[in-house]
Formats: sequence, structure tokens, C-alpha cells
Amino acid sequence: MGLMEILLIIIPSTLLWAAPLIFTGLGGNFSESSGVVNIGLEGLMVIGAFTAIVFNLTFVDVFGSMTPWVALLAAMVVGALLSILHAVASITFRADQVVSGVAINLLAIGAALFLVKFIYGKGQTDIIQKGFSKVDIPFLSDIPVIGKLFFSNTYYTSFAAIAVAFLAWFVMFKTPFGLRLRAVGEHPMAADTMGINVTRMRYIGVLISGALAGIGGGVYAQSISSDFGHATISGQGFMALAALIFGKWHPLGVMGAALFFGFAQSLSIIGSSLPFLENIPNVYLLIAPYVLTILALTGFIGRADAPKAAGTPYIKGKR
Amino acid sequence: MSNRMKNIVVPLVAVLLGIIVGTIIMIAAGYNAGAAFIALWNGAFGEIYYTGEVIRQVTPLILAGLAVAFAFRTGLFNIGVEGQLIVGWLAAVWVGVAFELPKFIHLPLAVLAAAAAGALWAFIPGLLKAKFKVHEVIVTIMMNYVALHVSNYIIRTVLSEKSDRTEMIADSASLRSPFLEGLTDYSRLHWGILIALACVFIMWFLLEKTSKGYELRAVGFNQHASEYAGMSVSKNIILSMVISGAFAGLAGAMEALGTFGYAAIKGGFTGVGFDGIAVALLGGNGPIGIIFAALLFGSLKVGALNMPLEAGVPNELVDIIIALIVFFVAASYMIRIFIDRISKKGVK
Repeated sequence: MGLMEILLIIIPSTLLWAAPLIFTGLGGNFSESSGVVNIGLEGLMVIGAFTAIVFNLTFVDVFGSMTPWVALLAAMVVGALLSILHAVASITFRADQVVSGVAINLLAIGAALFLVKFIYGKGQTDIIQKGFSKVDIPFLSDIPVIGKLFFSNTYYTSFAAIAVAFLAWFVMFKTPFGLRLRAVGEHPMAADTMGINVTRMRYIGVLISGALAGIGGGVYAQSISSDFGHATISGQGFMALAALIFGKWHPLGVMGAALFFGFAQSLSIIGSSLPFLENIPNVYLLIAPYVLTILALTGFIGRADAPKAAGTPYIKGKR
Repeated sequence: MSNRMKNIVVPLVAVLLGIIVGTIIMIAAGYNAGAAFIALWNGAFGEIYYTGEVIRQVTPLILAGLAVAFAFRTGLFNIGVEGQLIVGWLAAVWVGVAFELPKFIHLPLAVLAAAAAGALWAFIPGLLKAKFKVHEVIVTIMMNYVALHVSNYIIRTVLSEKSDRTEMIADSASLRSPFLEGLTDYSRLHWGILIALACVFIMWFLLEKTSKGYELRAVGFNQHASEYAGMSVSKNIILSMVISGAFAGLAGAMEALGTFGYAAIKGGFTGVGFDGIAVALLGGNGPIGIIFAALLFGSLKVGALNMPLEAGVPNELVDIIIALIVFFVAASYMIRIFIDRISKKGVK
């Protein structure tokens, strides 16, 4: 097998697996930059995946080939709605943000499976008819070499994810809104003194994280799993959290980390068909994202520091 | 209302709110809520068999709750109980299948191996926290996944020949008890519950009655003050994580040596570790509270299995209720304010 053939397998597969991680990781980025730790990403992805599949199965006759995209919108809205719970608990009621996130995770999987059984009378949904399918992107796929490698046999969602990453970077680092969001996460009291509404900014941060994680779950469900059951989302949310840390709380870093983790995930799946990976047990690829994240946190791969106020509720007037 | 009273009332209100919301969900979905709760009760206490199963389920929950609570008391959040449980499970089975020894050596050895494996798994985040100031929440989450994949790999390659599960452990390493099984109409109840209760006592004694426990709690309250008083903060952090991990490993031993007797490839987490967070939280991180909380969640989980059969309600409803209870305990600030308002009314 030549290099070209190997790359032709690896690159589209990496992009496919990375897309949900990019969306969800960016979501986590908005929440944590505003100072609210969001362990609930996994649960938000679960509810996004569930919503997208149910919407897709129900409305496929109405929207035809546009169904997956409309389903993503639905997943986005429901993800944002669920994240309100996390926001209310951790911002207004000053709950421990990690505990509240754990509750979101437990709640999402419980509620989703409850509803699946309620709607379909069984533990797993049917397989959707219209998911995101492989496409050759017009014009770009005609570019010699690059077109074939990056733009053929791939998914629009992956490029949407990358575009959103750049958008998130622009919003966070080039707009007044982004500056305020980050200020609230670094030093809420200073931000409050300058007239920024800390509570409002944090609510917005958490809501965006819910929306993006919902999209991430929807993308995963409609391009990778194609149905929804108890194991549809198994750790992708936490891996997105890992990407957030490995990417050092910077949207482009998050994108890079998510691409890398997508690469590791896809290698662990297709690795057995690649000549040079046949003899490496895929356990190493499976644990790579997590081990790398620990190393990054420890400072072996460039130190990663969280936004300073992440995890602490802001109580007005308290030093 | 005194603080002590409040600490008892708040979890009760949280449980009540959880059940109320669960009931509303059932009614909204068109299920018969009354029948569901009767089915739940029958599924947990209706027959002696079910009660045996409840106690079996409570056993690892107590230990997982202890693990979370012990770390909590030292100011640490061990969200990695799940991973420590998995490696404990694996270690216990490993010792259980690899040796042939008399029971009085083999069983303790398998139990200790599980505790040691859990302790080792928790030692890493403890060390990183103490030496590099890395937040233990993220590291323990990552360690959960490493544990899951590594344990699957070892089961597939070392402990079996490409099979999905290991052999059964030797009888000499088993916690199973024909006596307890006979007593409860052949449920899977085993001796582990005694170990769990002993651990509750150990945790209480360690934290409340020894100077080391005092140090651990002091570090939990105020690191700087403890440092100033001459205690080693980093040593205490590591010790706390190690003890917490040992409890979690023991929870794994309960599944390995008591309930199942083997280890199988896991597609995802057991959930016991995360339920341990719920147990510790609801139990207020105290020994007695943990027993009651584990009992509540254990009977909810086992009783839930009867809900689809008797009332046609999906058993996931109980997961929703548990999640809501965790949520309401976490947001207890809301409940506390409410209680304050009510109790102040009388004074005015």
C-alpha cells in the first residue's frame, strides 16, 4: 500500500471523527472562558445526538435531503435548553460546577433513554435514512493532489466545524464581546467593576456551550452512529473536554487538538488495515488522547492553564 | 433552624423534589405514577430475593461513596472512582484466577490486590496534584478512560485468549456465600457487605479519631493554615487520594469476587463510580449518611428493574430521579435560602 492510498484512508476518516470533537470542544471553550467549568459536555452531546436522530426519523419526509441540517438546528436548540439547567445551578445557585455537570450527564442519558423507550417502545432507535453522506466538494475536489486528499470522499460537517473554529477565534479574541467573556472568566470582580454583567456573560457562555455540544452530538449521531442507543455517545464529550485542555482554552488550539484526537480515534478503528500499524495493539491509540492530555496538564508538552476564575461562583461584593 | 438540622433536611428535600419531578414526568408521559412506585417498592422489598439483590447493589455503592467522600473531606474531588473501580476489579480477578491457595490467604490477597490497584490508580492524580498543581478532576476523568481501555486490553490478551471475558475465579478467592444466597431465595448476596460496613467504620475512625485524619481534614479546610502549622500539604493530598482509591478498588473487588466472579470486556463504564458521587453528596460525606444514601440509590436501582414489568414504565426513570437528586443537592443553596425564609417567618 503506497503512501497516497494510506493518506486517502486516514485523512477523510480523521476529518469525520474530529468534527463532533471540534464543535463540542469549542462549546466547552466558551463556557470555561467565561469561568464556568462544564463537565456536562458529554450529557449535552447525548441530548444533541438523541434530538438529531429523533428529529431526523420524524421529519425526513418533510425536509428531504435537508433533514440532517435541520436536525442539527434542533439538536442545537435542545442542547442549549439543557445547558440552562447547568447555568442556573452553577451561576445563580452557586452549585459546585463539577457536581452540576455530573448531574447533567446522568440526567441526559437517563432522559434520552427514557424518551426513546417512550416514543419507540424499545431501547434503541431505528437507523436514519438520510444522514450526512460522503461528498466530493465541488471545484475544490478538482485541485490536483490536495483536492483528492482533503476534499474528496468527505463530509461538509467537518469543514463547517473548522469554519466555526475560526469564527469562535474571531469572536473570542477580536470582538468586544469576546474580551468581556474572557474578562469574566479571568477576573470577574474587575470585569464587574468595569460595568460588565458577570452573570449575563456567564449565562451566554454556558448557553453557547450547550448549543455547540448539541451540534457536536447531532453531527456524531448523523454521520457516525446513524442511530441512538445507550452507547451512542461513549466518552466523546470527555474527549472534547480533553481537546479543550490540550488546546489550551484557545479555539484554534482546540481545533488542532480535536483533529489530532480524531486522527487517533480513526487510527484505532482503521489501524488494522494499515500495514505499518498492524502489529501495534490499538490500546495505545485508544488511550493516546487521554495520556497526552495528562502530560499537557503536567507541563511536559507546554503548560496548560485554565481561565483563572473557572470553577468559582462569583458572589458580588465578596473579596 | 440549626446547621446540623439543615444538613439533614436539605438532602431530604432534594430527594423529595427529585421524586416529585419524576412523578410529574411520569404523569406527563401518560404513565400510572402510583403503579410505578408500587412496582418500584415491590422490586426492591417485595420479596426476600429482591432485598438480597438490593443489599448486593448497595455494597459497591457504599464503597464508591466512601471513596468520593474521603477525598471530598480532604478538599479533593475524586471523579475517577469509576476507573479505580475498574482496575480494582481487574486486579481481584487476576489474583482470583492466577493462584491456587487456601481460602484464608487467597481471598484476602485478592481483596488487597484490588485495593492496591485502586490506590495506585489514584496515586497518579494525587501526585500530579501535589507536585504540579494539576487539577485532579481532569486527570481522574482521563484516568477513567485509560483504565477502561487498558483493562479491556488485558482481559483480551493476557487473561484470556481473545475472548470477551476471563475464566471464573477460583472458589478460594470468592466472596460468594451459599448461606446468604439460601437466606435470600438465591439472590447474589455475598459477604462483601461486611467489608463495606467495616470500611465505613474505618473511614469514620481514620478521619475523626486519629491525628492523621485530623491533618487530612485540616488540609481540606485550609491548605495554607495547615502548611503554616507544619503539616505537609502535598503528602496529605497524595495520602488522601491513595486511601480514596483503595476504597474504590475495593468496590471493584465486590463486583469481581462477589457479584460476577469474572471480568468482561466493557463497552462503557459501570456507572457505579458516578453513582458514588451521588451517594457521597447526598450522604453529606459522613459515614452514616453514606449508608443511607447507598441504601436509597441501591433500592432505587434494583427496584427500577421491576418497573417495566409491573407498570410498563421504562426503568431509566429512576436514573432521571437520581440525576435530579444530585442536581438539587448541588444547588442546595436554593433549598437553604428557602428553609431560612420559612424558619425566619416564625421569628418575625
